[in-house]
Amino acid sequence: MSKKLLIPLGIFVVLCAFLLVGLWRDPREVPSPLIGKPAPPFNLTQLHEPAKSLGPADLKGQVWLLNVWASWCVSCREEHPLLVELGKSKVVPIVGLNYKDETVAGKRWLAQNGDPYNVSVVDRDGRVGIDWGVYGVPETFVVDKAGTIRYKQIGPITAEALEKKILPLIRELQKS
Amino acid sequence: MIPELGHFALILALLLAGLLGTLPLIGAHRGIGAWTALARPLAAGQFLFIAFAFGCLAYSFVNNDFSVLNVATNSNSQLPLQYRIAATWGSHEGSMLLWVFMLGAWTVAVALKSRHLPDEMVARVLGVMGLVALGFLLFLLLTSNPFDRLFPPAADGRDLNPLLQDPGMVFHPPLLYMGYVGFSVAFAFAIAALIGGRLDATWARWSRPWTTLAWSFLTCGIMLGSWWAYYELGWGGWWFWDPVENASFMPWLIGTALIHSLAVTEKRGTFKAWTVLLAICAFSLSLLGTFLVRSGVLTSVHAFATDPRRGVFILAFLALVIGGSLVLFAMRAPKVSGGGRFEAVSRETMLLANNVLLIAAAGSVLLGTLYPLFLDALNLGKISVGPPYFDTVFVPLMTPLVFLMGVGPLARWKQATLPDLWQRIRWALAVSLVTALLLPFAAGTWKPMVSFGLLLAAWIVTTTVVNIRERGRGVRGGIVAQLARQPNSYWGMIVAHLGIAVFIIGVTMVKGYETERDVRMSVGDKVTVGGFTLRFDGTSETRGPNYRAARGSFDVSRNGQHVTTQFPEKRVYNAGGMPMTEAAIENMLTGDLYVSLGEAVDGGAWSVRVYHKPFVTWIWAGCLLMALGGLLALSDRRYRVAMRREAGVAGGAAARG
Repeated sequence: MSKKLLIPLGIFVVLCAFLLVGLWRDPREVPSPLIGKPAPPFNLTQLHEPAKSLGPADLKGQVWLLNVWASWCVSCREEHPLLVELGKSKVVPIVGLNYKDETVAGKRWLAQNGDPYNVSVVDRDGRVGIDWGVYGVPETFVVDKAGTIRYKQIGPITAEALEKKILPLIRELQKS
Repeated sequence: MIPELGHFALILALLLAGLLGTLPLIGAHRGIGAWTALARPLAAGQFLFIAFAFGCLAYSFVNNDFSVLNVATNSNSQLPLQYRIAATWGSHEGSMLLWVFMLGAWTVAVALKSRHLPDEMVARVLGVMGLVALGFLLFLLLTSNPFDRLFPPAADGRDLNPLLQDPGMVFHPPLLYMGYVGFSVAFAFAIAALIGGRLDATWARWSRPWTTLAWSFLTCGIMLGSWWAYYELGWGGWWFWDPVENASFMPWLIGTALIHSLAVTEKRGTFKAWTVLLAICAFSLSLLGTFLVRSGVLTSVHAFATDPRRGVFILAFLALVIGGSLVLFAMRAPKVSGGGRFEAVSRETMLLANNVLLIAAAGSVLLGTLYPLFLDALNLGKISVGPPYFDTVFVPLMTPLVFLMGVGPLARWKQATLPDLWQRIRWALAVSLVTALLLPFAAGTWKPMVSFGLLLAAWIVTTTVVNIRERGRGVRGGIVAQLARQPNSYWGMIVAHLGIAVFIIGVTMVKGYETERDVRMSVGDKVTVGGFTLRFDGTSETRGPNYRAARGSFDVSRNGQHVTTQFPEKRVYNAGGMPMTEAAIENMLTGDLYVSLGEAVDGGAWSVRVYHKPFVTWIWAGCLLMALGGLLALSDRRYRVAMRREAGVAGGAAARG
């Protein structure tokens, strides 16, 4: 057997090895440059009480979640039941960032699907989203007591991510 | 009940595929006639059950059976009938079923159209295809059952992704899969020939029409996908170098190399090992494409669900099929080398060079597609490879390819001489150069890349003219009579090559001269793009079967003359509430006017995007010409004559003709 004829096989074996490794990676897991950095400040009106506003400064001293959502977002429906569960358990305050949405549509959506948020704030033109490096809805950030971003979930929260990553992290951060 | 019947039919098909993948192969090896004879009936039976299962799934979709998970997640009671049918292959499970269905259909087609082949060969070819079907049926049944039930049943379905609710999407996947899966025939012939040790010119002749047919389907499938992206995604791009697009483009490039290589093997008896390797590669890349799309190892705009279990299964299958074939190739190929000799300047050399260039192109697409994955696997960080890489790599590869495309068909087999060739092509070269230098002035501004693109297109056209003139120069009759005698396969080549020229013109003009305006428009506002003036006449509410839409009205005029009125839409689908842009496109021979509505701004104003895309339809027209060329070559009468002759010999009857 001539060695030359084994070249295609060799290339293929190497390719397979890479594909196998690739299978266990999540291509969507993009490291966020904001992790470990202070949460970008904002001061936005609240969805249900437009007279009041809220910002990260108001939440200093506690661990909290920022969940980016919108009534037009399909994947948000996927993660919503999990968020509602989490909201009921009162483990951690959840702030909703209602991203590029109509106020009426947003309120109606929460009335229909359940409202897991302690407060939702309105980011009508998406400016705060830009500061936070949001590039798809939904996204979820874990912010610690000092106001530092510690974790970012891109795309819908899955039961697995919640159990294995987000909740353990929250518990740990709450202890410190 | 119907879904259970479908499921059961799939299991039966799996059993038959298992038999088809073993008995005829053993029969051919040991010379057991009864076992080889089983190949055809088994192929037919397998197809029957797969078709039945496919029918069952379509039935569930058409009748809105939301107790089937697949239907509930991908259809909706308000969805129009044609899209409910198309939704059958709109999901992962459904599209894999379509894959298997196509494979079954190709297998049966081979079984029916191979009466003139030796029984042993047929048994091996069908057996190999049966093994492939076995793998995919197992994949369906173990990891992606399309008939899974949902309990309690959903009240209504979640609806088909609005992006897929489009006529282009009804036909794109079936055509693409016809191409992908069609390469399995060439693959099966190659493997059968390797197993049987009969790698001669007859093998090439048998598998050539199948390969050409698959290639034509693939060309149409890719074209439809590109066209769909153009008018449906709302920003006027026609090719994105997205991993899923690349997955279909790689088999196309190798397939193109394969049909040329097959021609050499059939006519000259050379390149045998090379052709076999290409046949294996073309189908392997189809499988790899399926893996890339279905396993979620790469991110893409086509975002499919990620399930590592599925990925592992396909990867294992891939390793088995491709690895096994390559081992077989390494073992058996040395026996088949040899064949006619040829000189450094000859048509063989040029075709070989073109093949190498096509493979290099496919290799660079593969590298660009998998590079992010390589880096990630080696922990070197996350990157994405975009169009700049592909554009940079492709132009240098395509330039010599196009040059050889012009000269190759003019060069003699075995031995050609440079002075003679130069004599024949110098006018073509001169005319091309002048055209390329002057034509851009007619379009307005002279740009080097436009001139270069036009040079390539003009080169193909002029050398084709030289070719036709030389063919028409005969002893008997005039040029028309002489040309009428040329076989269809010759005209197939001419049409396909001209298709490339048309395609290049389209790409060059769009890249060089497209104009785009992003404006905020209130009622009565005007915008001018590419010589056309558009006046915004406001929006109105409309309703579709399963959506609401704001419909804009734009009056288009040129030099004060009314041309047409365009109605782009912004739709919101009832289920899911996903907003969708439906662009309005005015197709013209010399360019498209493309209007899409952005967001509503306050006071009845809208953000509007308007493009003028010169000659963009030529891109798809070129692809259609290529596919048409393939079909024309298929209609060549020598295939039918050869089939009849071989049938006569095989049947022991008196040879006719």
